Amino acid sequence: MLNGELLYKGSEEEPFADFIKMAYKNLETDYSKFFKMDSLSKLAFLGADVLLKHENVVPEMEENIALVFSNNASSLDTDRKYQKSIEDNDNFYPSPAVFVYTLPNICMGEISIKHKLYSENSFFIFENFNPDYLYAYSAGLIEENKAEKVLCGWVNVDKEEYTAFLYLVTKEKTEIPHTIKEINSRY
Amino acid sequence: MEALKEELKNKIIEQLNLEDVSVDEIADNDPLFGEGLGLDSIDALELIVMLDKDYGIKLSDPKEGKKIFESIDTMATYISENSPK
Repeated sequence: MLNGELLYKGSEEEPFADFIKMAYKNLETDYSKFFKMDSLSKLAFLGADVLLKHENVVPEMEENIALVFSNNASSLDTDRKYQKSIEDNDNFYPSPAVFVYTLPNICMGEISIKHKLYSENSFFIFENFNPDYLYAYSAGLIEENKAEKVLCGWVNVDKEEYTAFLYLVTKEKTEIPHTIKEINSRY
Repeated sequence: MEALKEELKNKIIEQLNLEDVSVDEIADNDPLFGEGLGLDSIDALELIVMLDKDYGIKLSDPKEGKKIFESIDTMATYISENSPK
């Protein structure tokens, strides 16, 4: 969904891997490195890409857009996959390509590379979605001129459960006010 | 040798998640890195693991990789000359 408009809908029982691949194709995202990413990065990357493209953010403009993400599973989904590759001493082949995703903030790196963002970024782990904290942190970045815009939200993947909720805070006032109440109502 | 080259192409596509590349699109002498297939440094590490896991070859000097992983041709030649399997 983008601003209430349905962009792509997968089927209920569809595994995450199939869903995200079909969403990528349907949303016409052309970025071959997408398929090398872990599940969390794929979800965050696609969500951010849809939103930034809608806002006409192009890499050439090198806008100062900070990234403030959060979730409650950190990179656990990928950590488990990596753990599996190193737990058997007789079949010990740790994958470098899996290892590089054993931190949640890597997904912000993927977004930054694609959109050429050289900006502030922070990834917070909360028990639950925490609009109060996200509001205060992003408002602070804008007030202190650390960023012109802040892409923030919640991106969580744990096995087959996944959620992505992203929104863009701008310095200029828009028809949607940046308030905790508004964030809550849209989550 | 031709079968090994075909096998390598399939393994590279699968293990490096080259979703939008097919076996037919990789020529035996295409550079695997840079302007060729566009592999990166993490892919290079994955190829080193693949040599060990699938062909029993441990690279003692990672710098060797630069020549070995130049193309499918160079990989296949190195494996056929060095694999104990």
